[in-house]
Parts: sequence; C-alpha cells; structure tokens
Amino acid sequence: MRTINTDIVVETVRDMCIQANIFLAPDMEERMRKAADEEDGILGKQIMNQLIENMEIAGSDRIPICQDTGMAVFFVNVGQDLHIEGMNLTDAINEGVRQGYTEGFLRKSVVADPLIRENTKDNTPAIIHYDIVPGDKLTITIAPKGFGSENMSRVFMLKPADGEEGVKAAVLQAVKDAGPNACPPMVVGVGLGGDFELAAKLAKKALTRDVNSHSDKEHIARIERELIEMINATGIGPGGLGGKTTALAVNIETYATHIAGMPLAVNMCCHVNRHVTKEI
Amino acid sequence: MDNKRVINVPFNREQLGVLKAGDYVYLTGTLYSARDAAHKRLFDSIIMADNGIMGENATTGEGLSGKELFDKGILPLDITDNIFYYLGPTPAKEGQVIGSAGPTTSSRMDKYTPLLLSKGLIGMIGKGKRSKEVIESIVKNKAVYFAAVGGAGALLSKCIKKSEVIAYDDLGTEAIRRLRVEDFPVIVVIDSEGNNLYETAVEDYNSSKSAR
Ligand code: SF4
Repeated sequence: MRTINTDIVVETVRDMCIQANIFLAPDMEERMRKAADEEDGILGKQIMNQLIENMEIAGSDRIPICQDTGMAVFFVNVGQDLHIEGMNLTDAINEGVRQGYTEGFLRKSVVADPLIRENTKDNTPAIIHYDIVPGDKLTITIAPKGFGSENMSRVFMLKPADGEEGVKAAVLQAVKDAGPNACPPMVVGVGLGGDFELAAKLAKKALTRDVNSHSDKEHIARIERELIEMINATGIGPGGLGGKTTALAVNIETYATHIAGMPLAVNMCCHVNRHVTKEI
Repeated sequence: MDNKRVINVPFNREQLGVLKAGDYVYLTGTLYSARDAAHKRLFDSIIMADNGIMGENATTGEGLSGKELFDKGILPLDITDNIFYYLGPTPAKEGQVIGSAGPTTSSRMDKYTPLLLSKGLIGMIGKGKRSKEVIESIVKNKAVYFAAVGGAGALLSKCIKKSEVIAYDDLGTEAIRRLRVEDFPVIVVIDSEGNNLYETAVEDYNSSKSAR
C-alpha cells in the first residue's frame, strides 16, 4: 500500500489555489483567443480584446484574473489503496486553501453563516466532493467558483415527457436569464439525470471538463453542439452587449435516473472558468 | 477606439446629458467602492435617521439630504454627486495600489439603490441588469449606470492610481474605498433618460446580422 503525508496535500492545494486564480487553464485560454478572433459584434469585440489583455496582465503581473477568486470547490478522487498519514484529509485541504488564499493575495469571500455573514478571513471552508476510486493515487481538482455566475445557476426537476426538447429549452432559458450578470462569454455546465443533488454536482463537475471536448456519448455530444449553437444565436454576446460568442462551451455530464424523473441542473460559469488538476 | 472620450468624475447633473446609453468612455477622477455589506450599512443608517425624523415614510427619500446625512455624521461620506463602483478587490501586494479590481453584479444592490439615488448619488459602475425600480429612480433623480467589463479585474486594476479605505474598515474587501482612477474604461448602460443598452445592444447586433 502506498502512503503519503498530508503535508504534501497542503502544499499542493496551496499552489493550486494560486495557479488557478492567476493563470487561466490552457483549454480556456485557447478557446478565449479563438472567440476574440471570431467576434463580429462591435462592443463584443472590444470586450473580448479587453478580456484577452486582462488575461495577459494577470499572468505577467501575477494578479488574479478576476477579483472574485471564488469559493474553493474541490473534486477529490481518493484511490482505495492509498494510505494518508498526518492530518485529516479535509483539514489538510482547508489548510492549503488558507495558505493559498492568504499567501497568494487572493480575496477572502467566504462567510461562516449564511445569515450572520461574518467573513472567515481565510476563504475556508472549502467545498469538497470526494470519490473513492481504484488505485493508489490522490487526484485533486480545484475549481474556484465566482458567485456572479453561480447566482444565475438553476435546478429543474423535469419530467420524462419533457425529453430532449425540454432539456434544451431549460438550458437556453437559464442562459437568457443569466445574460450580462454571469459575465459572458460563459461556460455552461449541465448535469442531467441522477437525483436532485447529484444533478447539481454533475453540473459543477462538467465545468472542469476541457472546454474543447465533447461528451463520449454520441447523443449527448450532439445536444452539446446543438445547444451551443442555440445559445450563440441569441446574440447576447460578450458582456451581454451583443455578439457572436455568448457561451464558449456547453459541457453535459449525465447519470442514470429514476423512471419518474429527469433532474437537470445548469451551473453557470463565466469566462473565468478556473480549474487545475494535480495527481499525488 | 480612435476617439477616446475622457470624462472627469465626479460630475454634476448638467453634464449627464452628454452620456448616452452605448457610449464607451474613460473616467478620470474620484470614485468610491461600495458593494453588498457597505450598501446595507449605508441604507440602514439612512433609514434609521430618516425614521427618527419622519416616522414610517423614510423609504420615500424625503428627509435628510446626502450632505446633511454626512454633516450629522450619519454617513461616512457625502454621496451627493458621487459615483459608486461595485467592487470588492483582492488584497494588494507590496508595491501595488490595489489587487484585481473588476465590477461585481449590480442587481444585488438594487434594493438599496433608489434610496441612495434620492439622496444624491449620481452614478454607479457595475455589471449586469438593474431592476425596474432602479431604472425608474435613475430617470427620476437624473443619474447614470455604467458597466465595466466583468472579469477584467487585472486590467482594471491598472487604471486605479490610488486607493484608500475611508469607512467600514472591518468589512475587509467590502470596505468603502476612495479610488483615484485614470482612463478607467466603462460603457454607459442606462442613461439619465432610461435608455437601456442591455436591451438595445443585443437587438441591434441581431438585426445587423440578419441584414448582412
Ligand atoms: S462571474 Fe466570473 S468573471 Fe464575473 S465577477 Fe464573478 S468570477 Fe469574475
């Protein structure tokens, strides 16, 4: 059995927090540059150019791409043959977040209680989703999530009779409602199937998938393509001020579901769709 | 943009007429940062003061003016003819004026905005749609709503030359800061006549496309 110490987890998470907030993931950067090149809206083009310049300044001056450095969301795959020594794994991840957000001059955007709203001052606690997987590795994905776009996310408990058309209509509606609030061009994460909470988790996970990729399932990949076309036909465009690219990608993740239902979650993300994965 | 239009801020109400929805302009001068928590405090302070004077009708915007609220120590700044930038920056590193400094979503400030406008606030910079009440209040009080590019915090931080916390320090990133800006790029989204670029821009883009 392989053994690792949580010190390495703390260190890795700290570095990932900083990296994710300063450098856009390569898939996102490539997609953004393409969108800027292709944009034909007058204001839309200006905005895309500003966003590209912003990305470059962030990298060269080591400034966060966006001031909302998000709530730190993690997907952690724990190999079942791995033994972890030291602290509790959750505490180690939170310690990494604390160090990363403090040492990296990232914004502390977390309040301890939703109603009392006192800032925890170190951006903890993180939101951590664990999966037990085969093997002896620890794979950590961080996706710091801004709330301008998070607030525009939706869960729909569709009926089986709503079918594919119902799915498309709901996603399109969510995008239209989000409009300029979600800092378009957006990345649209969709979770389809499972139950109420799994759909939402899948939607978030979909945002961590390469934006230049499509689902392995042929019918889902087709819906992804059709949806992106429908969304970009709205003309909402960069900044919501008119243009060709309203969404950079639609990523759909699916799971089995119940005979009586078809849960659908749409997790909106902006063009600052941050994700970094590291394997320990 | 060949003809870069620079507007000095703050400005007075007579100058509002030149700002039309769709104008791309650069602001130079003084802005104040304020977002959710600061808005709530300002709002609650005004309501408390006005309630003391006039009972239940405080939200109508009668009562003390922006200047009186400041002179009496009820508000930490005179909001009259000033502009709020909906911003909560990342912390500044050694040698930086401010960290990443882009706009936050404006609609969360909608609840507080009509009262602040009635007390003299002249402009707001944020991103995203505003409520019907806010748009009506912009027209009624003669004010303007600008959008800065959402998610361009690194770029926008370069236009901020000075930043100083002037109130509500305990709110951290949500404190009120006085910002000295130079050539800060914004787009007029809702002008003092109530024209709304979020509605017209997308329509214009779509009709230009179908005309091609
Ligand atoms: S929605 Fe995204 S780009 Fe916009 S402010 Fe939030 S994190 Fe930044």
